Amino acid sequence: MSRLSSSPRISSGLGVAGAALLAVAVLVALAAPLIAPWPPMQIDLRARFTPPAWEAHGVLRHLLGTDNLGRDIASRIVWGARISLGVGVAASLLGAAIGGTLGLCAGYFGRGVDAAISWLIDVQLAFPFTLFALFLLAVFGGGPGPVVVVLALATWVNYARVVRAQVMALRGQDFILAARAVGVPSGRILLRYLLPAVAPAMVVVGSFSAAQAILTQAALSFLGVGVDPSSPSWGAMLDLGRSYILSAWWMATFPGVTIALVVLGANLLGDWLREWLDPLAVSRR
Amino acid sequence: MSDTTLPSLKPSPRRATSPLRSRALRARVSHALAVLFGVSLLTFLVAHATGDPVTLLLPANAPEATRIALAHHLGLDQPLPVQYGLFLLHALQGDFGRSFLYGQPVAPLVLQTLPATLELAAAAFCIALLVGLPLGVLSASRGGVASAALQLLSMLGLAMPAFWLGLMLVLVFAVQLHLLPVDSSGGVSHLVLPALTLSLLSLARISRLVRSGMQEILDRDFIRTARARGLPEWRVVWVHGLRNVLVPVVTMAGMELGDLLSSAVVVEVVFAWPGIGRLSVEALGARDFPLLQGTVFIAGLGFVLINLLADILCARIDPRIASGATSSGSIAP
Amino acid sequence: MSTHLVDVSGLDVRFGATHAVRDFSLAVAQGESVGLVGESGSGKSAALLALLGLHPEARVQVSARTLRVGGTDLLSATGPQLRDLRGGVAGLIFQDPLAALNPLLTVGAQVSEVLRRHRRLPARAARQEAAALLALVGITDAQARLGHYPHEFSGGMRQRVMIATALAGQPRLLLADEPTTALDVSVQSEIVRLILRLRAERGMGLLWVTHDLALMAGIVDRVVVMYAGRVMETAPVDALYGRPRHPYTQTLLASLPRLDRPHRPRAALPAEATAPGHGAQTGCPFAPRCPRRFSACDTLPPLFTDGATQAACWLLA
Repeated sequence: MSRLSSSPRISSGLGVAGAALLAVAVLVALAAPLIAPWPPMQIDLRARFTPPAWEAHGVLRHLLGTDNLGRDIASRIVWGARISLGVGVAASLLGAAIGGTLGLCAGYFGRGVDAAISWLIDVQLAFPFTLFALFLLAVFGGGPGPVVVVLALATWVNYARVVRAQVMALRGQDFILAARAVGVPSGRILLRYLLPAVAPAMVVVGSFSAAQAILTQAALSFLGVGVDPSSPSWGAMLDLGRSYILSAWWMATFPGVTIALVVLGANLLGDWLREWLDPLAVSRR
Repeated sequence: MSDTTLPSLKPSPRRATSPLRSRALRARVSHALAVLFGVSLLTFLVAHATGDPVTLLLPANAPEATRIALAHHLGLDQPLPVQYGLFLLHALQGDFGRSFLYGQPVAPLVLQTLPATLELAAAAFCIALLVGLPLGVLSASRGGVASAALQLLSMLGLAMPAFWLGLMLVLVFAVQLHLLPVDSSGGVSHLVLPALTLSLLSLARISRLVRSGMQEILDRDFIRTARARGLPEWRVVWVHGLRNVLVPVVTMAGMELGDLLSSAVVVEVVFAWPGIGRLSVEALGARDFPLLQGTVFIAGLGFVLINLLADILCARIDPRIASGATSSGSIAP
Repeated sequence: MSTHLVDVSGLDVRFGATHAVRDFSLAVAQGESVGLVGESGSGKSAALLALLGLHPEARVQVSARTLRVGGTDLLSATGPQLRDLRGGVAGLIFQDPLAALNPLLTVGAQVSEVLRRHRRLPARAARQEAAALLALVGITDAQARLGHYPHEFSGGMRQRVMIATALAGQPRLLLADEPTTALDVSVQSEIVRLILRLRAERGMGLLWVTHDLALMAGIVDRVVVMYAGRVMETAPVDALYGRPRHPYTQTLLASLPRLDRPHRPRAALPAEATAPGHGAQTGCPFAPRCPRRFSACDTLPPLFTDGATQAACWLLA
């Protein structure tokens, strides 16, 4: 007797909570100029190292305190959402384009094409990614463009593996066989038949990949090869905060909490989507 | 109760076809070699894109003849495939060029710092496996509130940036509570915080994988059979159940070890741990490309070898893999 | 203290909203062999699993007035008592040996663990005994086969292994859940003969669950026919075949192909109106498909006794 009642692994409440976390983050990023109490780059040396408002010597003007140059932490987190989310989403989308295309081709054409693309996937996975990213960014230089491209290298594999597996399962099904039998060209089968079928799975992977990209981006900023050390990205704030961890704990704490919340939101949403959109992806990743 | 007198079931002595000689294994080895080829090719091409090493190695006012001589000496006047061949040949002999920063050959530099990284990664790996495996099994077999709590904890573990967690641990345990040392100067206690930091992500992933795997396996018919034999519940779960979850876990553990090497880079920087992560960040600062290239290549090599070992281990756990039979027992995360 | 091996009355098994077994009663005497027959979904396997307390408590609600197997009262049994019962008093053979045997443990290990648990044999002795058991169920070169895994056996051989594990605890009762259904037709009769031979040699009671009424002739002493979770008829096998009392049994028998009258058209059951497992049963559950229903069928019939036969039908009232 098989499973009688499949209890969902994650309740929809958690999924909604994840979606809400993400929605808040996106709104904050979009409305940054309206929300942020201070310009993110405004230096005020007299107010440097102001602790959060609830601590002794804290002031309400700087709710989460200020950094070593007197810049308002809360405002920088709000503005940082634009960079961190923007880079994360861009990297995830670029990864989807690359990984989706390669996964479709590998799954549909099989044989040599599949072998070559699978080989690429395995080679990509063989590099300890942080080291590899350091190497690439050292060679090709930093900045938002290269960072997005490098992060896309981290995420495309996720899409390619899932899409490949799904397409392989779909390839032998009747609606594809029928389309081939009446002479529908391969390109059209890929775009009109297979792509819509794997799209739900790609949305699921996209959710996890965006989370992964945000985390990796923070790590790269932390190592000094991020978007731009002076711009208010969460990773760069963490890097800066590390130097003052003993004297101004709030500098590193709040950006880290922000990252954790956003990534948690994306992961919860991804888990939830996986269960509701795409039961296939659970069983054949 | 004499349940405890039941020793674990050992697989019987191997029969004629040892998995080490099977065709499946040969396929894995040639696959590993193909991946290594890709790793070397990619590392070479990226390094090649750094530009002409001659301009980096020689002062700007060096005479043209010296440039040509050096370029010839380095093989840079050869066509690209030949240069790659030379790179591969040298790499096979353990020669990855000289570090600009240290003025020494790259390979010994990396190999000197590798043990520190391996120590850290191995410690983190042990924590992740020794804690994550039982946690996953318990939350699958017991369910209830503990299971929900574990799930939420693991979600947090997946969401926190490792380096940030490291900073927070330092803040709490070393600075506030004075329980553990912050720096990395030897001794087990110095390993605790970095290893804990590094392990959390893997711990979360492994426990989630074990949990979902066990949930599926515990619904299988052979689990009911084991119960119908009157076996004690611990034996049903930990022998009959866990063994069937081990294959995907070992496969993932291989990948995890690679991920640990990768995450170790940031954790090493947080804790000033003298491993390849810190070495490569130094190399990055000095734009020391040969050193970076060597580090990346050696790390990739290590990853491929670890995963080859994991594959061999899987074939020992699940005889169906070695014999090429369909593995209906494998489950996905 | 009941002298029966199996003594069940008022058994109910619910999977959430599905009421799989309703007010089920069954008695199996020492050494008696009983067939439990029903269509898929009739609740026969659910009733069988309840005899060993194998339903997961979290998902399945089991209740009964009496639920005793081999002197163990399952309604009050402790964990160790339950585990002594399973495999020790009653051995269970499942339908699909490929799914029911652990794929990653050698067959030697799976037979041995029962020997060690129930007969307290040390490792070496258990191994010897396991080889003897494999030989007993007709596996050649048993000593060498101990180290093999289930996937290295054919379907029929796997079921023999399954039988060996069920026998290992020297049970007084053998429970078989469609033991031949998943096998090739060519090996089905071998497995049937094997089980019957072992039962006779060891004087075990047998409860054989099947959907195949025809199979029961010559195998069991008595047949219990189930429909929609309830017992419809229970009778000695000859009486059941010779003079079925319940219209459901009659329809089942009429639908069997018969060698003596090959060209006779076979009766077919009308399609089910509702899934039998759902909802409250106020009347006879078979009434919607019954060719002989009448006004009384709106009330649930009790089991009426007629000689050695019992049947839940108002026609016997």
